[in-house]
Amino acid sequence: MDQFLNQIVNSLNVGSIYALIALGYTMVYGIVKLINFAHGEILMIGAFVGYFLATAFNMSLIPLLILSMLACAIIGVTIDRVAYKPLRNAPRISALITALGMSMFLSNFFKWQFGASDKIMPDVNLIGDIPMPNITLITVIITVVCMIGLEFIVSHTKVGKAMRSVSEDRDAARLMGVNVDKTISLTFAIGSALGAVGGVLYALNYGNLEPYMGMMPGLKAFVAAVLGGIGIIPGAMVGGFAIGIIETFVKGYISSSWANVFVFGILIIVLLVKPTGLFGKNVKEKV
Amino acid sequence: MVALKDKSRDYSINFIAVILTFIVLMAVIKAGLINNYVEGVVVFAMINIIVAISLNIATGYLGQLALGHAGFMAVGAYTAGLFIKAVEYPKYVEMIIALLLGGLIAGVSGLIIGIPALRLRGDYLGIVTLGFGEMIRYTIINLGDITGGASGLKRIPKLIGLPEVYIVLVLVITFVFLFIRSRHGRAIISIRENEIAAESIGIPTTFYKVYGFFISAFLAGVGGACFAMYQRYLTPEKFKFMFSVELFIIVVFGGMGSITGTIIAGGLLAYITEKLYAYDELRLIIYSILLILLMIFKSDGLLGRSEFSLVRTPARIKHLFSTLKAKFGKGVA
Repeated sequence: MDQFLNQIVNSLNVGSIYALIALGYTMVYGIVKLINFAHGEILMIGAFVGYFLATAFNMSLIPLLILSMLACAIIGVTIDRVAYKPLRNAPRISALITALGMSMFLSNFFKWQFGASDKIMPDVNLIGDIPMPNITLITVIITVVCMIGLEFIVSHTKVGKAMRSVSEDRDAARLMGVNVDKTISLTFAIGSALGAVGGVLYALNYGNLEPYMGMMPGLKAFVAAVLGGIGIIPGAMVGGFAIGIIETFVKGYISSSWANVFVFGILIIVLLVKPTGLFGKNVKEKV
Repeated sequence: MVALKDKSRDYSINFIAVILTFIVLMAVIKAGLINNYVEGVVVFAMINIIVAISLNIATGYLGQLALGHAGFMAVGAYTAGLFIKAVEYPKYVEMIIALLLGGLIAGVSGLIIGIPALRLRGDYLGIVTLGFGEMIRYTIINLGDITGGASGLKRIPKLIGLPEVYIVLVLVITFVFLFIRSRHGRAIISIRENEIAAESIGIPTTFYKVYGFFISAFLAGVGGACFAMYQRYLTPEKFKFMFSVELFIIVVFGGMGSITGTIIAGGLLAYITEKLYAYDELRLIIYSILLILLMIFKSDGLLGRSEFSLVRTPARIKHLFSTLKAKFGKGVA
């Protein structure tokens, strides 16, 4: 019974990180219909920014998170402006390849600058001199706060309304006076900021970071986004937690080395059984 | 009748060129002009070209992003490796069976992920193949009793050398050329051009997507089998995601939808890789920047969708000169 409770707590911990990353994927996909391969690298950059702030300035968690979110938001918007915006009307595959190139560029650039070896994430205080209580608890609380914040922005503010309208029909939104480019930038900024939170929490939970660390959680978060229904924000949250639960329980009760294989197996099963995901609706195709 | 004559003339010119290249290659090896190391580089470049051509079927002709060809290659390589370790047949029989078997098992694994992913429109295939490539790697690591796990499959008999790999490469190129120009090939290209239009004129799009993807995975498996028989040991490390990306870069640089482009880009990138061997990170940074710039400014790569042709090139050069002359003449007048 104790082990079972342990697993539940663990899975909430892992799941909330996946959910944070999955939100970034799903928001960007919802608005520009692009799988942003570089999102995993945003997570890595967020973790690195957190690492430098923690080691160089001995910063505590909350200010560190805010600065890391800001940095990643700026980087996310820059990536969109430099690499994706010129291809907004190009064939989908060109944009995907660019996203892949961006992902490769970021991870290899960091590897070149900071080396491939693991860095140890130092322990940080929660805020000021207050020491960190249980990291798992903090992870889940921060995730829930982020989700409530996101939900508030998306459904109760004017920019949120703009985001929803652009994802529904970009041209119609433009005709209604929505600034489409600004809205897309904002989406990238919010998605990347959430990725940064995920990255910092990931590094704190696992204790180390390296330039290729973004890939595996990025992939799993993508599976989570597809499981929940890509483009749907509550879907990404639920999907993230679901993947966290499945992964932890496979690790705990079946075999830890097969857990990754299992998660990708889920992706294939979802695509076979319900390709639109748990929360997705069938969209009729128009010519 | 004229067209047929032209065609057979074209084929014989290409055939003679292939034979001549082969003779030159053999002569160079026999004369000892290239050492083992250079031979290895050339063979691995050829294997990469085989797999890149197979990837070009999925990406260039079918128009789907596939990021797991290192995975299919791994399936082919391990199948071939385990097969030749297990049996004792005459050399060439064993080689041919290993090549076909490696291709077949890789093709079947292509079906397993292609059927769910290709039923859907959109970009799922990219991420599913990416996930699949990693899945294969973890499975290989986990099945240590059979595959040797992370430390690798060792002591595979060497059954293949430069001449054999060259022949396999020529066969693969010929097959793909003929396949793409066949009725099936045209159906596959129509899906790339416009899936809805293709469906509305009665092409079973899902069938052809899966079919094309099967062929693609099959040839990647053949490339993997070549790799296993030449390299003689296999590690899961080799078939990482980055390797899939490198194959993909060959296709994009050469031009998605151009086989000759893939061949040229494969050779060129093998050369660059050799030159930049000491600066591996920089190489990948340069590649990724090139990839982004290519997509933004010249998304069709080196050759686009056209093919380099031995037969038509003299005529093209003549044409180029005559247009230049015309321009120059005008300038004077």
